[in-house]
Amino acid sequence: MKILVIAEHDNKKIKPSTLSTISAGLKIDDNIEMLIFSTGSQEIVSDSEKISGLKKVTLIKHEIFESQIAEDITKALTGFLESGEYTHILAPSTTFGKNLLPRIAAHLDVQQISDIMTVLDHETFERPIYAGNAVCKLKSKDKIKVITVRGTCFEPCKKESKNTVEVIDSSLTFDGKVNFVKHELSESDRPELTAAKIVISGGRGMQNGDNFKLLEGIADKLGAAIGASRAAVDAGFVPNDWQVGQTGKIVAPDLYIAVGISGAIQHIAGIKDSKFIVAINKDEEAPIFKFSDYGLVGDLFEVLPALEQKL
Amino acid sequence: MKALVCVKRVIDYNVKIRVKADKTGVETENVKMSMNPFDEIAVEEAVKMKEKGILNEIVVLSIGSESSQETIRSGLAMGGDRGILVKTTSDLEPLNVAKVISKIVEKEKPEIIIMGKQAIDDDSNQTGQMLAQICNLSQATFASKVEKNGEKFDVTREIDGGLETISVELPCIITTDLRLNEPRYASLPNIMKAKQKKIEQIDVGSFGLNLESRLEIIEVNDPPERKPGIMVQDVEELIGKLKSEAKVLS
Ligand SMILES: Cc1cc2nc3c(=O)[nH]c(=O)nc-3n(C[C@H](O)[C@H](O)[C@H](O)COP(=O)(O)OP(=O)(O)OC[C@H]3O[C@@H](n4cnc5c(N)ncnc54)[C@H](O)[C@@H]3O)c2cc1C
Ligand SMILES: Nc1ncnc2c1ncn2[C@@H]1O[C@H](COP(=O)(O)O)[C@@H](O)[C@H]1O
Repeated sequence: MKILVIAEHDNKKIKPSTLSTISAGLKIDDNIEMLIFSTGSQEIVSDSEKISGLKKVTLIKHEIFESQIAEDITKALTGFLESGEYTHILAPSTTFGKNLLPRIAAHLDVQQISDIMTVLDHETFERPIYAGNAVCKLKSKDKIKVITVRGTCFEPCKKESKNTVEVIDSSLTFDGKVNFVKHELSESDRPELTAAKIVISGGRGMQNGDNFKLLEGIADKLGAAIGASRAAVDAGFVPNDWQVGQTGKIVAPDLYIAVGISGAIQHIAGIKDSKFIVAINKDEEAPIFKFSDYGLVGDLFEVLPALEQKL
Repeated sequence: MKALVCVKRVIDYNVKIRVKADKTGVETENVKMSMNPFDEIAVEEAVKMKEKGILNEIVVLSIGSESSQETIRSGLAMGGDRGILVKTTSDLEPLNVAKVISKIVEKEKPEIIIMGKQAIDDDSNQTGQMLAQICNLSQATFASKVEKNGEKFDVTREIDGGLETISVELPCIITTDLRLNEPRYASLPNIMKAKQKKIEQIDVGSFGLNLESRLEIIEVNDPPERKPGIMVQDVEELIGKLKSEAKVLS
């Protein structure tokens, strides 16, 4: 067996979701390599050198990989695969991996396995369906397995290695039918939602964006990331990339605190692997209490200041 | 300009899913079925484009059993012009769905294909990207804003770190995210009108594709249950429990 992990990065650092993907790969086999499509900065090379568990690291270097357009990466990757004899191709099930990997699967004429939670053996996996309300155990009959990995289900691998990174200058030309225009990325000093040990989220009950300040004080004290329900995002209280749930981010922190969130199944889908869930809601009938380890019935405008003060 | 919109019939998002006792799947008997919510957004976007004069025809496509006609009708009631039902009795995997859609694309030659980013039953999030690869069409996934810009479209995409805007040449595939628009409710007159609109039926066998499944479902299980929790009276008790019982605070 030979496994290839496609790295997600920001041209500076390899993302934590990639480290979890490597751990998932190691459960299949330890003959595992990582491939990076990048402009090839010194930073990304040194970061990749440290990643444990890898037999080989290859970086395909081209200016075009400043923006990670699916068409461009697909072109370079399908070329790379020709010599590879890989049995498994893995990527994190983030917007990066979801955007890219089905193209590779279609190119290879195989049925991708999305968002695996468990590796049972080299061809048998578990993945959530119906927003995680059921878990499907399946076996792939394809000769190459193309897989995206749910990061929160696998511990990130360590960064204690000293790999050599083979840099290949790409001379490909790209057809330019799809071009990058701009990014509007959220800047934050807080930990990434999907990697944070503690997450505190607000829902429609927060009433407006300003009131999210009530969560910030608590997040500061706990070193927590801040998330939100879809209702809070749709109402424009907070940016879209804060959304937690079936169609937002999947989180699995040690502690998840849901404030003014009713607990719709689509929200629960994104939080139910958290170790402990705390719900704060003024409605004692709110469904969220059925999923929480500790429930507190109360008005968030009284509870939150008290919580911040007593922490 | 012509748009092809793909709609899938799925268990309504409000239904509480029940896993079958024999673990072969989930209960679908006597369960409310609806159009996949992301596909409603796809139809809405096409209808908006037509209202703006960007499109002049909207073709609504579904692949499924006879009942998927209802789903196509809902799309026609929202403003689609005509429908295509590709009839199949088996549940096709995304790769096979993409192959079938590619045959319709060859025939219809739409400039824009709009579809959901994900079907809320299998949660695969693959079909649009696979279709883009198979048909060599520009791909813009997870769209939260679509704007015509000369001969191209500027598409704003929801990505993990925020938003990204890309410019795509036609023909292109757009997959929808939740914030692209709010689907309209079809009015009664439009529901009546939709009954007159044409739905062409094609048997999936007529394409001569090998549509064998690649994934063998071994079993479908309930997710692990969470232990029932407790209610606390106040903030002090909460902090106490988090420190002493859960040990997640120090
Ligand atoms: C296809 C699809 C995908 C979806 N994906 C997601 C997703 O990824 N993530 C997601 O979150 N949702 C998702 N949704 C939406 C989901 O169904 C719910 O509509 C949404 O989660 C509700 O958000 P909420 O709990 O903040 O709002 P509400 O349901 O309106 O709940 C607000 C809660 O706040 C409480 N409250 C109000 N005031 C106070 C106060 N002063 N103090 C304390 N409590 C208060 C209320 O009692 C209530 O329980 C999806 C829906 C669909 C159809
Ligand atoms: N059977 C089908 N008929 C029509 N469209 C489909 C079908 N299956 C999937 N699609 C489209 O592909 C999108 C993504 O589905 P999936 O890749 O299964 O998550 C859906 O939102 C639909 O627009």
